[in-house]
Amino acid sequence: MFYREAGQFKTSYAADQQLFPIRQDRIAMLALLVLAVAVVPLIASNYVLTAILLPFLVFALAALGLNILTGYAGQLSLGTAAFMAVGAVAAYNFQLRIPGMPVLGSFVLGGLTAALVGIGFGLPSLRIKGFYLAVATLAAQFFIPWLLVKVSWFSNNSSSGVISAQPVVILGFAFDSPVRKYLLVLAIVALMALAAKNLVRSSIGRAWMAVRDMDVAAEVIGIRIMRTKLIAFAVSSFYCGVAGALYASVYLGSVEADGFNLDLSFRILFMVIIGGVGSILGSFLGAAFITLMPIALDRLLPWAAELLNLNLPAGVTSMVQLVVFGALIILFLIVEPHGLARLWQIGKEKLRLWPFPY
Amino acid sequence: MQFFFEVLIGGLLAGVMYSLVALGFVLIYKASGVFNFAQGAMVFFAALTFVGLQEKTGLPFWIVLALTLAVMILLGVLTERIVLRPLVNQPQITLFMATIGLSFLLEGLSQLIWGSDVRRLDLGLQDEPIQVVMDRFGILISKFDLAAAAVAGVLVGVLAVFFNKTRIGRALRAVADDHQAALAVGIPLQQIWSIVWSVAGFVALVAGLLWGARNGVQFALTFVALKALPVLILGGFESILGAIVGGLIIGAAEKLAEVYLGPLVGGGIEGWFAYMLALLFLLVRPEGLFGEKRIDRV
Repeated sequence: MFYREAGQFKTSYAADQQLFPIRQDRIAMLALLVLAVAVVPLIASNYVLTAILLPFLVFALAALGLNILTGYAGQLSLGTAAFMAVGAVAAYNFQLRIPGMPVLGSFVLGGLTAALVGIGFGLPSLRIKGFYLAVATLAAQFFIPWLLVKVSWFSNNSSSGVISAQPVVILGFAFDSPVRKYLLVLAIVALMALAAKNLVRSSIGRAWMAVRDMDVAAEVIGIRIMRTKLIAFAVSSFYCGVAGALYASVYLGSVEADGFNLDLSFRILFMVIIGGVGSILGSFLGAAFITLMPIALDRLLPWAAELLNLNLPAGVTSMVQLVVFGALIILFLIVEPHGLARLWQIGKEKLRLWPFPY
Repeated sequence: MQFFFEVLIGGLLAGVMYSLVALGFVLIYKASGVFNFAQGAMVFFAALTFVGLQEKTGLPFWIVLALTLAVMILLGVLTERIVLRPLVNQPQITLFMATIGLSFLLEGLSQLIWGSDVRRLDLGLQDEPIQVVMDRFGILISKFDLAAAAVAGVLVGVLAVFFNKTRIGRALRAVADDHQAALAVGIPLQQIWSIVWSVAGFVALVAGLLWGARNGVQFALTFVALKALPVLILGGFESILGAIVGGLIIGAAEKLAEVYLGPLVGGGIEGWFAYMLALLFLLVRPEGLFGEKRIDRV
């Protein structure tokens, strides 16, 4: 009733291929974009912008990258943070070493460098499958940050290994305030999400899904496994690399390679799993959930403690947070193993039939 | 040459300690196809519970050991009931994520109950060289390492007997071979899983005691699991023998590389060397040394 997706009234190929075939979806998407571009900067405080929205967007981009690899091409990776580190450090160095390098160009080059490294670490996937591959990607996770710390050239010989990103100036316009940074990241993430959405419904995306579902069968019907898997690794690492560059230069401002650790990789994997494996929307939902949850727990726990008349020392709060986080993840997987994106789908189904579900 | 052998033997003995942790992974993967990331957290939990109980109650070693074992068994049963049972038939990656959640839960819970201080654990074994070998060959071999290796050997022997000779062991192997066929001949799957998780808890307890006695009982114990993963893929996920042999190879190679290769590249290679080694190995044998060879059919 409320969600009209019934009926196929398409009369042209263009209509068949549009991203949002239902007018409601088009309007909703447009409204969301207007909200994000025009309304949010007006009403959001600096705290909301820098502590919630910026990390949300950056992590959503990284989750998108991992989702392409794990959700669409079916290659489980635990080395996401390493590829982010490559992107961050490469973008920093391109800006540092090449005079007059435009910032956006350095982001792209950082992403491309990450893609090259991703192809290198994707090569084993041609022989190794499943959890063996997942553990093998840990090699990247441990090796790359070590290399970036060890070779001090990468951090411009800074004694602490911390790289301080250059100010982001595009065509003479400085992106220095939280609102400007937010708008920049929003634009990049929105464009790359659109590209990803189109990519996964192209022939490459279909090849990925065929390989994911069964690689031998895919090979039999003529899909070149090696090319498909390596493209997946390259595209995924490109997204992660750009996310890393944004993470370093726009969100944090200064990072050290050690900050891109296994915890970060796991966090992004959680985003993908909780948001929905193999779903562009899911990457965003998952990123929102994982970004907001610690903040919500931070707020709620003291309040709950007060309610129960408990006096929690600082150390205990972080432990309780760990416990609640773990429990929530397990609970989430039990309740909806296909993630938030599936919940959204179910909701749409319900709305379509409501109020006469028979 | 003497120095080389000293490093080699030290590495092999350290490898046995890795094997102990890898064993826990193998047990659970074999029986239920779950890649249990929480094994490291279980090691930490077991060691901390043991030390905590010892401090609180002051009971003798064996009674505390029995109590801790009871706690680990309870944990295994609860895990099966609360986490695994609702997730039956889900893809492996979902179960893997659930065990990561479980590891967060255990890490937080154990520190909530027992506090997060670093504790000493005394098993009555000194980490000192054996005098006889020292005099005869001039090679340093730690008594502690040797005892740990002996414990690991005994443990593997017991597990082998348990798996091959007992009724439960045969049921475990049947479940590992084929869930549905096992169910069809009347093996209670869920009961078997509880048992496997309890046995893995027991292995975690042994590993926790040995690692805890060596490095102190602290949060860093959870990272022991990361040391065990390369062992696991090198040896093969399904093979107990693989965990042992893999542990020996990784342990020896890592120590040798640390001594001979480390200075060339500026040190700090122990974090990734084992992974790179395992990765190169996998390129030759994609399912590890003793893993089951998978035949893909369309």
